[in-house]
Amino acid sequence: MDLATLWFWIVAFFFVGYFVLDGFDFGVGMTLPFLGRDDVSRRQVINTIGPVWDLNETWVIVAGAVLFASFPEWYASLFSGFYLPLLVILLALILRGVSFEYRHQREDAAWRRRFDRMIVIGSAVPALLWGVAFGNIVQGVALDASHVFVGGLLSLLNPYALLVGVATLLLFFLHGACFVALKADGRVRQDARMLVRVAAVPTILVAGVSVAWTVGIAAGRSAPLFAGVVGTGALAALLLLAAVMLSARSRDGWAFAAGAASVLSVVVMLFAALFPYVLPSTLADANSLTIANASSTPYTLQIMTWTAVIAMPLILAYQAWTYWVFRKRVTRASIEAAPVH
Amino acid sequence: MEWLDPLVLSRWQFGLTTVYHYLFVPLTIGMATASALFQTAWVRTGKVQYLHLTRFFGKIFLINFAMGVVTGIVQEFQFGMNWSDYSRFVGDVFGAPLAFEGLLAFFFEATFIGLWIFGWDKLPQKLHLATIWCVSLGSILSAYFIIAANSFMQNPVGYEYNPVTERAELVDIGALLTNPVALAAFPHTIFGAFMFAAGVIISVSAWHLSRGQHIDTLRPALKFGLWAMLVCAAGVALTGDQLGLAMYATQPMKMAAAEATFNTVCGKDAAFSLFTLGTPDGKTELFSIRVPYLLSVLSNHSLDGCVHGINDLNAEYAERYGEATGLTEFTPVLWVTYWAFRWMIGLGMLHAFIALAGLWVTRRGAKKQPAPWMWKAAIWSFPLALGANIVGWVFTEMGRQPWIVFSLMTTQDGVSPGVSGLEVLISLIAFTAIYAALAVVEVRLIVRAAQKGPDTAEHPDHSTSQVPSVVY
Ligand code: HDD
Ligand code: HEM
Ligand code: HEM
Repeated sequence: MDLATLWFWIVAFFFVGYFVLDGFDFGVGMTLPFLGRDDVSRRQVINTIGPVWDLNETWVIVAGAVLFASFPEWYASLFSGFYLPLLVILLALILRGVSFEYRHQREDAAWRRRFDRMIVIGSAVPALLWGVAFGNIVQGVALDASHVFVGGLLSLLNPYALLVGVATLLLFFLHGACFVALKADGRVRQDARMLVRVAAVPTILVAGVSVAWTVGIAAGRSAPLFAGVVGTGALAALLLLAAVMLSARSRDGWAFAAGAASVLSVVVMLFAALFPYVLPSTLADANSLTIANASSTPYTLQIMTWTAVIAMPLILAYQAWTYWVFRKRVTRASIEAAPVH
Repeated sequence: MEWLDPLVLSRWQFGLTTVYHYLFVPLTIGMATASALFQTAWVRTGKVQYLHLTRFFGKIFLINFAMGVVTGIVQEFQFGMNWSDYSRFVGDVFGAPLAFEGLLAFFFEATFIGLWIFGWDKLPQKLHLATIWCVSLGSILSAYFIIAANSFMQNPVGYEYNPVTERAELVDIGALLTNPVALAAFPHTIFGAFMFAAGVIISVSAWHLSRGQHIDTLRPALKFGLWAMLVCAAGVALTGDQLGLAMYATQPMKMAAAEATFNTVCGKDAAFSLFTLGTPDGKTELFSIRVPYLLSVLSNHSLDGCVHGINDLNAEYAERYGEATGLTEFTPVLWVTYWAFRWMIGLGMLHAFIALAGLWVTRRGAKKQPAPWMWKAAIWSFPLALGANIVGWVFTEMGRQPWIVFSLMTTQDGVSPGVSGLEVLISLIAFTAIYAALAVVEVRLIVRAAQKGPDTAEHPDHSTSQVPSVVY
């Protein structure tokens, strides 16, 4: 494997990390209207991700920076091409981030309601739009000969991309509900399990159709990793089923793990369907961005490889340790006992 | 349509969002370190007022931190969104320090800040102390990498231009990370950030002390802030001097623009103007106070050196780069560079002077209490250092114009070709609106937290020395 291909998979790795981790944050945010019957349960839900949402979100910053450094052409075409959708994602992430921090600053119910609403919107919008963005990446967009996107906003809102968007939205919702079931207790936990059951059927349906469609796209361009696309797609579907079934048996830890593995498989499937392109052009194949023509020089990639080899084990270690430190259940009693600011 | 020019709008947006991001960054860098110092004092001495200080200033730090994070993401995305041709051109070089920043600094910072906020009652005392030091280290490291990236734009090094791919390609990472401009700008920026944190500590402490509250807790904080301010002011001046040398060596036009010197001047004539009034076009001088030799000293560290003037440099650049860039003017907007440079130095030094006076009036043997107007001056001094930080960056960035990467690419060539003026207008309005709304909330929350004062009822558990964590 040459360095550029290695970095294609490293970029995939960072997006896997981002979608698995911030995926359940988005999900937790979206469950707020369903699980938060009173302020204590809303705080209970939010505190399940309290200590970790920031580090989970950092995955997208690093994914973006890694993409920039290893595939500048891809980064440039993608980010300028998806200008308005990315703007909306950014605004949503801003609202969500500050809401966690601001919500608890005042006792006032109206104040809190406002930030609760912003958490829900700020979680649902990126969950949908990241899917739409990745759908478009896999399917390809209108790139001209100098790799500039010329398709216009409406071309991004095509059926396949929207379907992938709805699929990620639902998948993250379910993933988040599993997380709350794992981390909370009492009423909130019961409600979260219930939510997994309710979300199961639409999620499986939409995810199933998107997987099938993605397999179709991969077949259509005779993707070199076609077997991998089929394999990871099937695996994603099976794991999703497993998550739902495990949750129904109250095996919350295993259900969450299966859900996480399902998100992972979906992201790997999307990257496998894309390979060896990074951004196919729908106008002419010669305009497409590929691993070969979008990457940085071997020198830069080499330096980055060394940095990643040294940094990644450390990062994984201290992040895992963080999850370990905060492994305890967020109980209703602990929230009630905590001083309000 | 002129006002829908994507270039002009993108510049406004980048300037606006970066300045906004930088409203929060100095306090994060400075307060992380200040909190770490207070907490260290607590762990070392066991004196509970240090715990109260840690929790109190830590809270202000956290309210501020969230804004730094969310506005930072916007900054990173904008390189691709608004400056895609720039990103294509420099990505091979410029991307690496950004990736280092993410891998080595942001993850570190974001992880340990969570552990610090929520780990008060979950980690042993010493380990918990280590987490805030990690946050401080992470924030300083991230400043280093971003400045290394920015310094490439001021003084491109460690690259080669590849005519086949038509881009700058990295050939020497060591040179990129030890860019002389970065080595001078990094300590200068860190001292500047610490100055602002010291300013906030001074103001907040003074507000309570002038009302006779929290004397035992906040008097040491005031003293700490005043001393830190003085030390950092000296640090900023010394490193700023080095930065001036590096700047003159790499971008002489910026020094000329900082001084609005049109003709090359030497020795005694290379005077530093403290204050100049000119005609609005900036071409004719009406009144000026000048210190002879000083400009030569700043630029060359010698009395009889020469400083190149704008006219000579412009002619030189026009000949060298005119054809490739299609430009004839290589001069930044002079009134901005001239005044930004003076305000940076002036505001910073004024704050240092206030700190010095504060140390005098609060000295141990002082007979009288400080007068009310003195407290007022201390309380209202906090914007000074932040202002100095901001105009410092405005000077750096606008003094680089018309280049986006000095001598390699002009700003107009860096803008995204595929993004329309309307799209940028929408995003500019959206960012302005949301940033303005958040600024109001943010300021109110910080003021409220600051006025509430330290929670002196809080006491650590005797057996474990732990205190309750924050719960959202
Ligand atoms: C509290 C803040 C503060 C204070 C009091 C000063 N500075 Fe500063 N200065 C900054 C904060 C700052 C900054 C915001 O941190 C900048 C912007 C970019 C950078 O690297 O640092 C900066 C930039 C900057 C530059 C531009 C470098 C470039 O464009 O390459 C020079 C030459 C100086 N400074 C020199 C000085 C001198 C001689 C000072 C007075 C003694 C001084 N600064 C006080
Ligand atoms: C260290 C990281 C930084 C990088 C990589 C960076 C990069 C850039 C880029 C790409 C532009 C766009 C070109 C342009 O509009 O002219 C720009 C402009 C600008 N930046 Fe920075 N910047 C950094 C830090 C800052 C900071 C901290 C501030 C202020 C607080 C700042 C203030 C500005 C302003 C005011 C402009 C607009 C200048 C103009 O258009 O005339 N920058 N910078
Ligand atoms: C245009 C240039 C800039 C970009 C692209 C940028 C990018 C970012 C990003 C993505 C974050 C969020 C990281 C997180 O989640 O922790 C952030 C925060 C931060 N930035 Fe910037 N930044 C820029 C300018 C600067 C400058 C000039 C400095 C310092 C001198 C700086 C220092 C920091 C620090 C210390 C943080 C972490 C603390 C905080 O969130 O406030 N940044 N920046």
